[in-house]
Amino acid sequence: MSILVNKNTRLLVQGITGSEGLFHTRQMVAYGTKVVAGMTPGKGGQWVDDKIPVFDSVKIAAEATGANVSIIFVPARFAADSIFEAADAGIPFIVCITEGIPVGDMMRVRNYIDMKGVRLLGPNCPGLLTPGEAKVGIIPGDIAIPGNIGVVSRSGTLTYEVLYALKQKGMGSSTCVGIGGDPVNGTNHIDVLKMFENDPKTDKIVLIGEIGGSDEERAAEYIATSMTKPVVGFIAGQTAPPGKRMGHAGAIIEGGSGSAADKIKALEDAGVKMARHPEEIPDLLR
Amino acid sequence: MKLHEYQSKQIFSRYRIPIPRGRVAATAIEAKHIAEELGGRVVVKAQVLVGGRGKAGGVKLANNPEEAEQFATQILSMTIKGLPVRKVLVDEAASIEQEIYLGITNDRTAKKPVIMASSAGGVEIEEVARTNPEKIVKVHINPLIGIKEYQTRDIASAIDLPRECWKQFGEILIGLWGVFNDKDATLAEINPLVIGKDRKLTALDGKMLIDDNALFRHPDLSELRDTDEDAPSEIEARKYGLTFIKLDGNIGCMVNGAGLAMASMDILKLFGGEPANFLDIGGGAGADKVAAAMRIILSDPNVKAILFNIFGGITRCDEVARGILTAMAEVKPKVPMVVRLVGTNAKEGRELLVNAKMITAETLAEAAQKAVAAAKGA
Repeated sequence: MSILVNKNTRLLVQGITGSEGLFHTRQMVAYGTKVVAGMTPGKGGQWVDDKIPVFDSVKIAAEATGANVSIIFVPARFAADSIFEAADAGIPFIVCITEGIPVGDMMRVRNYIDMKGVRLLGPNCPGLLTPGEAKVGIIPGDIAIPGNIGVVSRSGTLTYEVLYALKQKGMGSSTCVGIGGDPVNGTNHIDVLKMFENDPKTDKIVLIGEIGGSDEERAAEYIATSMTKPVVGFIAGQTAPPGKRMGHAGAIIEGGSGSAADKIKALEDAGVKMARHPEEIPDLLR
Repeated sequence: MKLHEYQSKQIFSRYRIPIPRGRVAATAIEAKHIAEELGGRVVVKAQVLVGGRGKAGGVKLANNPEEAEQFATQILSMTIKGLPVRKVLVDEAASIEQEIYLGITNDRTAKKPVIMASSAGGVEIEEVARTNPEKIVKVHINPLIGIKEYQTRDIASAIDLPRECWKQFGEILIGLWGVFNDKDATLAEINPLVIGKDRKLTALDGKMLIDDNALFRHPDLSELRDTDEDAPSEIEARKYGLTFIKLDGNIGCMVNGAGLAMASMDILKLFGGEPANFLDIGGGAGADKVAAAMRIILSDPNVKAILFNIFGGITRCDEVARGILTAMAEVKPKVPMVVRLVGTNAKEGRELLVNAKMITAETLAEAAQKAVAAAKGA
């Protein structure tokens, strides 16, 4: 077991012929992920590396190949439409890597997929990795090894830092999930914590948050009331000034809320061991 | 991106939200002419992108065109919270019976836009939230459907608006939703929305924030950007697609990824250093972008050392190393530089930098400690 993706995942890549889509498709295939189809409007009938058929629409691709997860690499201005298309084609789990999608688009997307019962991961996220089984996204495969630690994070490269630190200490992960740094996204910390709590392969959890919003505070409530597995946490942005957007659209301290100090306190009160920097995480997991 | 009051109100007016008659002026003489045209008493208002301009003396009531000219002269020479006043809005003075707050913003927890209304208008909504939270009425809008007419009546009733004003209020709120939705605003606010002695509603002040990510579909709005509030280095960074925020410390930071950039700043502080900036070079940055980033960091005279923390994923460490070399050849930096390269093509990157006399580090903690020491030694 693991969560969300595994060796039975049949992946469709939306935007497969773009430079990012193509680069990461090859990386995912090299990792062993079953990439069964690609989709780029107007390029149906082509093949990627003589192995992956390209289709004009998600619906046709899904019908022809039985794809059950879709990953999106299209530019921000087309990304919302791509998510709608995947949802309408009946893909139950959609991962959106694209950065910079207007928040208004994401509001519409989120309300729509909730109505349809579709799960979205991201946008503006690195995707997810079940070490040894499937890589759906852009997390470098070689920085993580299989193990019993579930990792959930709002950040990209900071997550790599943590996986790398774990690997240096011989510690592996069950699944690593990057939920993304946007203010409105599909899957939040609590959703992933619930899955880890119910996953027999996961014994311990690392939660990486950052300033902005109240996702970590709500996660803390859930940890305090409903979780039995130990959680180690880290919050980025302790030195960030209020009112400035720190790169991620969601990383901003607004009107006195969303500060690192508040989140750290909420998590500590919930019994989470908090690391002062990412490389302290492995020791806190022992 | 913030819009000025006069820009916001011009947009409101296109959505049939009543605004006072008035125009914007860049000189005192212009202000006088506008006052003459309007006739009667006028309000001269500083156009700056910060709150609290009233308290700072940036809003004045003038009884005649001469006074308007005099106040405009004063206000146009002011600097409010560090920002120079370059324009004033000259509006006809309103008769005010009651002040209402009306705004629409995004509720990220509910994943829906939310209307906020209050009978306690005229003061900042944050202030009302602190002192009289029960006076704020919040109603969510389903973004797939938009605002419904009954919602406007419910809100009007909840803030005890006189019944005779409900229809006007409804039209204004529907107009404000149109503004918010069509312009990709993250905030559209009327404060105060006043009821005059004639029982007519007017948007006396207006404020809008536009989602930067949506500017691609609003070229008309992009042109309105006022860069006064941004540090020159931040403007320069934006040109290269870099996210840069100037801070007060002395250790320059170049990192890929927003979360890692924040964590790198945090760890510098943990070891007794102070970051000079937040800088995310983004995913897949090439050598030219890295070189631009380095020039921007070095343009800050406070910088005594630079920390490069690159975790290669989409970004390739050798590309970053090439950018560092390009920039070094150009600007010949004199400050010590600590570099940590991990991940994609890290080995190639390190080899490129072997002759560059940079301090290297294996772990993040080591890199931070070395940068802090280097900044202190310089």
